[in-house]
Amino acid sequence: MQTTAEGATKSLSGEVLSSHTAAKMGKPVLEIENLSVQFRSSHGLVRAVENVGYTVHPGEMVAIVGESGSGKSVSALTIMRLLAQTAEITSGTINFDGRDLLKLSDEEMRRVRGHHVSMIFQEPMTSLNPVLKIGLQIMEPLFIHLKMSPEEAKARAIELLTLVGITDPESRLEQYPHQLSGGMRQRVMIAIGLSCNPKLLIADEPTTALDVTIQAQILELMKDLSRRLDIAIIIITHNLGIVARYADRVNVMYAARIVESGTAEQVFGNAHHPYARGLLSAVPRLDRGRAMRLQTIEGAPPNLLKPPEGCRFRPRCRFAIDKCSVSPPLVEVEKGHRAACHRSADLEKIDKPAAASHEAIHAVADGVTGPILQLKDVTKFFPISGGLFQPKKLVRAVNKVTLDIAPGETLGLVGESGCGKSTLGRVVLRLDDPTDGKILFEGADLANAGSDEMLAVRKKMQVIFQDPFSSLNPRMTVGDIIGEPMSVHKILPKEKIHDRVAELLSLVGLHGYMADRYPHQLSGGQRQRVGIARALSVNPKFIVCDEAVSALDVSIQGQVINLLEGLQQKLGLSYLFIAHDLAVVRHISHKVAVMYLGKIVEYAPADELFANPKHPYTQALLAAAPIPDPVIERTRPRRIITGELPSPLRPPPGCVFNPRCPIAVENCRKEIPALRELGPNHWVACSEV
Amino acid sequence: MATETVSPGTIVEDIPRKPTLLGTIGSFCRGNPLGAFGGFIVVTMCVMAIFAPLLTSYDPTANDFGAMLAAPDWEHWLGTDQFGRDLLSRIIYGARTALLVGFVSSFIGCFLGLILGVTSAYFGGRFDLLFQRVMDVFMAFPLIILALAVVAIFGTGVTNVIIAITIPVIPRAARIVRASALAIREMPYVDAARANGFSNSRIIFRHMMPNVMAPFLIILTAQVGQAILIEASLSYLGLGVQEPVPAWGLMLRGGAQEYAESAPWVAIFPGLAITLAVFGFNLFGDSLRDWLDPKMKT
Repeated sequence: MQTTAEGATKSLSGEVLSSHTAAKMGKPVLEIENLSVQFRSSHGLVRAVENVGYTVHPGEMVAIVGESGSGKSVSALTIMRLLAQTAEITSGTINFDGRDLLKLSDEEMRRVRGHHVSMIFQEPMTSLNPVLKIGLQIMEPLFIHLKMSPEEAKARAIELLTLVGITDPESRLEQYPHQLSGGMRQRVMIAIGLSCNPKLLIADEPTTALDVTIQAQILELMKDLSRRLDIAIIIITHNLGIVARYADRVNVMYAARIVESGTAEQVFGNAHHPYARGLLSAVPRLDRGRAMRLQTIEGAPPNLLKPPEGCRFRPRCRFAIDKCSVSPPLVEVEKGHRAACHRSADLEKIDKPAAASHEAIHAVADGVTGPILQLKDVTKFFPISGGLFQPKKLVRAVNKVTLDIAPGETLGLVGESGCGKSTLGRVVLRLDDPTDGKILFEGADLANAGSDEMLAVRKKMQVIFQDPFSSLNPRMTVGDIIGEPMSVHKILPKEKIHDRVAELLSLVGLHGYMADRYPHQLSGGQRQRVGIARALSVNPKFIVCDEAVSALDVSIQGQVINLLEGLQQKLGLSYLFIAHDLAVVRHISHKVAVMYLGKIVEYAPADELFANPKHPYTQALLAAAPIPDPVIERTRPRRIITGELPSPLRPPPGCVFNPRCPIAVENCRKEIPALRELGPNHWVACSEV
Repeated sequence: MATETVSPGTIVEDIPRKPTLLGTIGSFCRGNPLGAFGGFIVVTMCVMAIFAPLLTSYDPTANDFGAMLAAPDWEHWLGTDQFGRDLLSRIIYGARTALLVGFVSSFIGCFLGLILGVTSAYFGGRFDLLFQRVMDVFMAFPLIILALAVVAIFGTGVTNVIIAITIPVIPRAARIVRASALAIREMPYVDAARANGFSNSRIIFRHMMPNVMAPFLIILTAQVGQAILIEASLSYLGLGVQEPVPAWGLMLRGGAQEYAESAPWVAIFPGLAITLAVFGFNLFGDSLRDWLDPKMKT
């Protein structure tokens, strides 16, 4: 407790309070000051966290936002003192509840972990021990830290599972992690985190691996628990929508430093650092249509082995001046709002939003020639053999899907994981063979096409994958990767391929000399551009983008979306854009199809669908997806659907959505609703709307 | 430092330099001193085999009945055998036989295994199932028994020894390669290649094989050591290389039992050569695995 006097003299503590929580809190539960962490690597020292300081009050949710490699996770792991052995804390204090955690012995620290401070990790699939029962994993910290008897611990475990919204908690205690879904496992992780009544909960990307409706459920739960039990929560995330909806205060990190911090309203409404402003304008938003081009931050975050001198953001900053070669201090720009930029006062004037750079994207003229791709009742069932004497089961991955795409058009296909959207993409490409139905590409049916026929079509039909790390052959140079399809299909004579590769590289915003590089020498965004260049090399007319921007950081994602849109205008491409991020789909698509458990439940022009969603599932998806604007978020109604995606092995009878549907009636359990046209080109598969 | 002007959408950053061969060897030696020791033994053996005539003035097959079973001295550093042949010279020339059999049989065996393993993983399904069962049958025989069977059918001699050792290597290599290839099979770049309409052989040879090189190299080095050991065993049993060709296993057969007490050097030195060679290859292979492993994960 003696440290509070010290803390009060520094500008970091005490004052930075959110308006609505200020009244109820006194002393902060956590005060980090001047924290620096570095890693020794074979290439040199990596300063992963530099002079970071923030405070967290009881009952408050503080967000640390940043792109991958910005040091947000390291700064949080340091609180738990769970850093790798190569890490070294070079300066700073972490005052938790009156003690400096960095000065505790290992034994004392062990008693803090899981007891006073607990942590929730990103991957609920791997952060629970697969060979131990859920019950034991919840009770373990109770035995260790609170010395409870088995009976007491069991009662507490049941109480905790009820608290995190798990039904039938007593029988769940006897289950193993693989018997629970991802959302359930994350609830169990939260229950474990809460078991010893911690004062602080650190959540490192807690919902990144989860679907949007489950994400909303989990975050609502965490927010609610934090309020009710007065627990402070640090949430580390890259998702600005989550921050806007749930966080009280925000710390934006860039290249190991905090560049801006303040309440959510301050940072989102009146950002004073060009990076924070850039991030906010680079994310596609659910409440904005495809009219505007995304204003992105050019370039990529710096390599922390050799960071630029002065302001870390200087090489990417549009407003950099000579003075920026000196590191700007984090200074207060208004009460409780700090930013590290020499020009923060001028930014409002010089950075005009929606200025000339927001060129409107004109929709490509509607196809008079008819659709380039038509799907008719396309079906894909995967048989699963059930053993020697058991009947074969069928996974109904794609069930009678009918769609069409016109030339120059983007069809967005949204749905949660396991809904069959990626399988549909693979079937269209004939990477998997359809079980039934017709795939008409320029009028020819591909469903039963032989390999020779497919070879001709493959030149016109390409694919861009999600993961830029694994979609390029690591043993081939970029030039070979892009050039190979051209030489295999004999599109160009050998001597001309080199020039064409350079041309394609510049088309996707890369340098010609990069043709000699190997994929591991490029950044994630650059690799994705190489993937796009490979797809373009055969002059296709149609590209399947399977989660093409999902694995990229926010600022890079915006660049790639702009690139895809630019290419569509220039080359008249058609896209089947498969994604789970509704905002991205809204931004890029002309038409959108919503998929649930193998079926299309709603299909309409993008603006119509987002403005006027009819199907209860579409409505739920939209309600669950946060918008990166706290002002809008605070007034938005919260309608979180309950339950989870049923197994495609045993789809519910009748309408597949009926177990989760708020408006389901008796008939929905019996009859399968067909797609009906409710408005012009607005198709909905629901009998109750 | 990223100060040059860039056009929109381009990215300027530091380019990791391609490591030089010497740099790679240096980092391997620093990280794996034991592996470096193994590597040293392997290189020494190769040098011995290549420059054998320069390293010794004695003909390994020349009998000298004036110096039968001579103890090690300045004349004959490691002594002579019962025919008066210089042991050092025979060990140096024996490295030729050992390495010839070791390298050729494991190269051919592992390479065939590589092709079969990757092909089996790529096609999957029934083909894979059938192929795996055939491999199971081969694996059910102990290495030495299978080699014995082959020698029994084809007869003795260096070529036949190589064939005998190559056959049991194939399924072992194929199985390990197949396991890695199964993971590669699911990589999006293989899907991308299929979506581009590339032929099956192109995908197998150009896209999958280079990516299973790490496990392939490991099994290759491990198999060389194994092959040397089997060759020695076969020769010792009289089923391998025949006299008067200098071969380590054969040297043990000739003098080991008879002169174990009166002239122990006849058995000790060839035995040491075998042990050291196999030890060297195993150390080197193990370290190679450790060294390549983290790279396989990233």
